[in-house]
Amino acid sequence: MSSWPVKWEELPIGGVVDKPGNSLEVKTGSWRALKPVIDLDKCIKCLLCWVYCPDNAIIRRDDDYVEVDYEYCKGCGICAHECPTKAIDMVEEGGE
Amino acid sequence: MSRIRRLNEIPREELFTSGHSLCAGCGIPPMVKMALKAIDGDKVVVNATCCLEVATTLYPHTSWLVPWVHNAFENAAATASGIESAMKVLLRKRDGKKYKIIVFGGDGGTFDIGLQSLSGALERGHNFLYVCYDNEAYMNTGIQRSGGTPLGAATTTSPAGRVIPGKPENKKNLMDIVIAHRVPYAATINPAYPTDMWNKFAKASEFLDKNEGPIFFHYYSPCPVGWRMDTSLSIEAARLAVQTRLWPVYEVDHGKIVINIRVNKPKPIEEYLKIQGRFRHLLKPENKEVVERLKRYIESNWNRLLKLAELGSIY
Repeated sequence: MSSWPVKWEELPIGGVVDKPGNSLEVKTGSWRALKPVIDLDKCIKCLLCWVYCPDNAIIRRDDDYVEVDYEYCKGCGICAHECPTKAIDMVEEGGE
Repeated sequence: MSRIRRLNEIPREELFTSGHSLCAGCGIPPMVKMALKAIDGDKVVVNATCCLEVATTLYPHTSWLVPWVHNAFENAAATASGIESAMKVLLRKRDGKKYKIIVFGGDGGTFDIGLQSLSGALERGHNFLYVCYDNEAYMNTGIQRSGGTPLGAATTTSPAGRVIPGKPENKKNLMDIVIAHRVPYAATINPAYPTDMWNKFAKASEFLDKNEGPIFFHYYSPCPVGWRMDTSLSIEAARLAVQTRLWPVYEVDHGKIVINIRVNKPKPIEEYLKIQGRFRHLLKPENKEVVERLKRYIESNWNRLLKLAELGSIY
């Protein structure tokens, strides 16, 4: 899964990274202490959370409603703070 | 790309991926994501050493889906000049391809270390877009003061205490330095006003198509770690910076200054200061004088801008 080379001979010449966007292998969701939970009944499809999310962790569905990608969400809470209808709650990780 | 009025007109496809190591609540990615989408066609990203660079290209990973080149602090604009010149030669001599060059640099790499190469590139008139994202200190090396740090902000090299009340000097006015080069288009952008930001990038894209560079953008980039505030307050801080007139959102299009966000009833600057730990000491009575100085600076800056906007054209 990891693209870290095992031997130095396997490194590309010049140390270039030849797999664009491979940071997707780094699951930054483990950084999170609070997780956002979206109440879609309150969502008005303004997409502010989608624009502001620093980690592309808000998935914009085909119908423009949004979902959270917990693999990458770092739990910063910008989405919950900026949501105009307060449709996003930050709840403690591991709770429920 | 065309101008937008609503955020749902922004295309879905991302050219900047998840999995980067920028801090939670960082203000840089919203701008980078938008820049890569709004500037259409082929593009090359030149990145000065900065938070964005070190956090998105941790070897052997990269978060970029566009060609990307690493730089030292001081030569991002010089590298962009070289790439642009090489592109022109290739276009002339054999079947070259035209692409757009975007530079991202932090405030340390733009205000201080890279200022001379930026000035040179602006003067030579290369066709590229330079975006300075300003988080108001050297955040990536440990929050040292920079030329972009505002008056009174506590950093690790200007700590607030008995000797000084945070940074004793005012922020350098970078936009004025850039405008002095009479660039075709320069603008300030702010994440709290995303449609304005998109439309400016779309406009920049059109100028780059017409070879009307260089273009300079100054982006207000909130930093929860360096500003000692809650991660969820990034965009709130950006909004308050505009609403207190601290960060005027304006553009200079071929010498014509337009204030895009008119702030008729400014909020008191204390509202902006109190949410950030780096300004907490300013709210104590003994530092009242510093806040007064900051208020005078904001007022003179805003009034000067209004007068320049009335002039019609300044070059």
